[in-house]
Amino acid sequence: MLLPILILLVTIITAAGFITQRWWFPAPINEYASWFDSYFAINLILTGAIFIAAQLAFVWAILRFRNRGNPVRYSHGNNRLEIFWTIATLVLFVGAAFAGSRLWSDVHLSATPANALRVEVQGKQFAWNFRYAGVDGKFGRTKVQLINDAAGNPFGIDEADPAGNDDIMSSELRVPAGRPIELKMRSPDVLHNFFVRELRIKQDLVPGMEIPLRFRADKPGAYEIACSELCGLGHHQMRSVLVVLPPETFETWLKDKAAEK
Amino acid sequence: MRRYIFSTDHKVIGIQYYLLALFSVFLGMALSVIMRFHLTYPEAKVRLFGMLWPDAAAGGIMTPELYLSLMTMHGTIMVFFVLTTAPQSGFGNYFIPLQLGAQDMAFPVLNMLSFWTTFVSLLVLLAAFFVEGGAPLAGWTAYPPLSAAGAIAGPGQGLGQTLWVLSIALFCAGSLMGAINFITTILDYRTKGMSLMRMPLTVWGWFVAALISLFAFAVLIVGGILLLLDREAGTSFFLPEGLRINDRLLPNQGGSPLLFQHLFWFFGHPEVYIVIVPGMGIVSTILSVFSRKPVFGYKAMVWALFSIGLLGFLVWGHHMFTSGISPYSAIGFSVLTLAIGTPSAIKTFNWLGTIWGGQIRLDLPMLWALGFLSLFVTGGITGLYLGQPALDSYFHDTYFVVGHFHLIMGVAAIFAIFAGTYYWYPKVTGRYLNETLGKIHFYITFLGVYGIFIPMHFAGLAGNPRRYADFAQFEFLKDLNLLHKFITHTAFTTTAVQFLFLFSLFWCLKRGRQAPENPWQATTLEWELPSPPPHHNFGPSPPEVHHGPYEYSVPGAARDFRMQTEPEP
Repeated sequence: MLLPILILLVTIITAAGFITQRWWFPAPINEYASWFDSYFAINLILTGAIFIAAQLAFVWAILRFRNRGNPVRYSHGNNRLEIFWTIATLVLFVGAAFAGSRLWSDVHLSATPANALRVEVQGKQFAWNFRYAGVDGKFGRTKVQLINDAAGNPFGIDEADPAGNDDIMSSELRVPAGRPIELKMRSPDVLHNFFVRELRIKQDLVPGMEIPLRFRADKPGAYEIACSELCGLGHHQMRSVLVVLPPETFETWLKDKAAEK
Repeated sequence: MRRYIFSTDHKVIGIQYYLLALFSVFLGMALSVIMRFHLTYPEAKVRLFGMLWPDAAAGGIMTPELYLSLMTMHGTIMVFFVLTTAPQSGFGNYFIPLQLGAQDMAFPVLNMLSFWTTFVSLLVLLAAFFVEGGAPLAGWTAYPPLSAAGAIAGPGQGLGQTLWVLSIALFCAGSLMGAINFITTILDYRTKGMSLMRMPLTVWGWFVAALISLFAFAVLIVGGILLLLDREAGTSFFLPEGLRINDRLLPNQGGSPLLFQHLFWFFGHPEVYIVIVPGMGIVSTILSVFSRKPVFGYKAMVWALFSIGLLGFLVWGHHMFTSGISPYSAIGFSVLTLAIGTPSAIKTFNWLGTIWGGQIRLDLPMLWALGFLSLFVTGGITGLYLGQPALDSYFHDTYFVVGHFHLIMGVAAIFAIFAGTYYWYPKVTGRYLNETLGKIHFYITFLGVYGIFIPMHFAGLAGNPRRYADFAQFEFLKDLNLLHKFITHTAFTTTAVQFLFLFSLFWCLKRGRQAPENPWQATTLEWELPSPPPHHNFGPSPPEVHHGPYEYSVPGAARDFRMQTEPEP
């Protein structure tokens, strides 16, 4: 008799955790994150209903059919039921996959707007670096041989290329609020992953590849960037910050950085 | 020596596999307890740690690399040497010939060889603890370049990682031998009347898992060998041009880190079905026996197993949604992934259909089987989130994933192993496992695993990345301390109870209550034999089978079960 009570108990506590939302997503900072949250809520209602219905069915079956000398209904199954739940679950699950792909397409299959700010992201054991193209709007050529953190050249910018002279480096990702951003992400050593909770996106950095990631952040503030792909002993301290600034403040910062050059 | 160590008897080999898994599960569990302790009390000085690892835990405080190496070994030991070994090789070896009415497996010598290859594989893996640099820290997934670049990528990435790769390659070889043996035996060694559709669902489970093993391990062994060549022979399968690791330039060119991920997960996803499919067979049987009712939808169950096996090979990309694969292929993988929900749901509905209208007896095997049902649903439905790339873009590599896979492929599979253990112990030893200890073991474990793994989902909702050696560096992780503390203490309690099981397992060998030949009044062939069954099982007079394996409560019959060998009246 203890088992149905315990199943009921864990079901209630689990459901309570999802309803009270004591440990939950941080508040969204753009439209996409709000869509994500709405879509998550739909999934939560769906899976929550399945979870509770299934556990209650187990509880009920154990209580109702426990051995009290009750007669057994001899049956090898029911083909109509099998066909029914096969089709029903297939429609439900595959439908969910198609519904979810709209959200995915939004981030990964949309073109980069012309006014997007391009920032280069480099993850390296165990730090983040960000590069802006500077006044000329062009990134200078880089060479992996020239990487030199001590000399302030974490990207390995080649001095022979004049386009690189005005490139701006930062250890924080500063972006203007409301403007589309395109990150170009790469890693010279091992896999890393760029994750900002408030944006609801995550992307690996893969040596040998340059991977784009597009987003827009509307709400000014500072949001932590956490490496989310195992990269070695310092993985847990590979942290940086996404700083979303009002557009004017961002322009000022960029100008100041350019003036330092 | 020939009888108990280098034995070709499938029953001895089955027990050898089970004991190997038993040793491994306690080791893997010990590692997890140490990890949980470190995560919760990172500052605590523990003399034991200092004694075990004088370098990596000097003064009793664990380094991050030690934490990561424990994590790597925990995952590897649990996935390969426990979850793949016990339900498939352990139970499968012991019971396939018995349930088919055969004298032994098709290739007894190959069978012995497959066990000893697995045994050597475990020794090679454990050796990694004792070499310079210690055990590898690249996780059980061993993604390159971290795993391919050698010692410059971190401590443990030298000889430790090489031993890891060797161990996995050996394990693949052992598993391939086992798979060939299982498939041949099931196809060719069935006794008279044992048509395919009269086989117990346990045998179907082992058969499908063997088919999956054959194709999956064949690919993993290739991945392992290529990784080994990258490490030791200077090839560039997984290492691209322009690598600079730890300020050293590497001469490689032309390789792709993603290639390894494809090979790994082409194995890795089917692997979770190798783990769970035998458990599904065990649970299906136990639910039927202890409800005194035929399995609901036997044919649908068999087809669902095959659909899971087949679809399992088409969904590996869902582990790679954030890896940089084409966003279009992500959508394809997503549709196929969620489609697996259907055969899984079919199984769940049929399990419910089996106990519905039955006469449920809550003996120990049944408790574990019902616990499995609850966990299978709970762990399974979160797959709906992880199977959709947009949602996975938040949850990938968070504790949400850790909670999900521990429930579904860890704990649900372990519950099936326990169910099988309590069910078959009387057959293997002639005695029951202790009822009181068994109940304490079950109830605390059931609450415990929920208490450990449900909170991990909430940590994941808050964005907590996995594989972090501590949570002090991030502001947002500080809010999760209470949650992690709860998880850790629940884990301690749950672990403690497992020693009750271990005690019971050995104590009952001599002291357990004696069991009759067929204690659960089940119908399959193994229950016709004395306990333990003699060498060569049925001997020169194999049994003849007259009908399916789940004839319980047949209307008009004298008893509420009809052995498979009983002729139709």
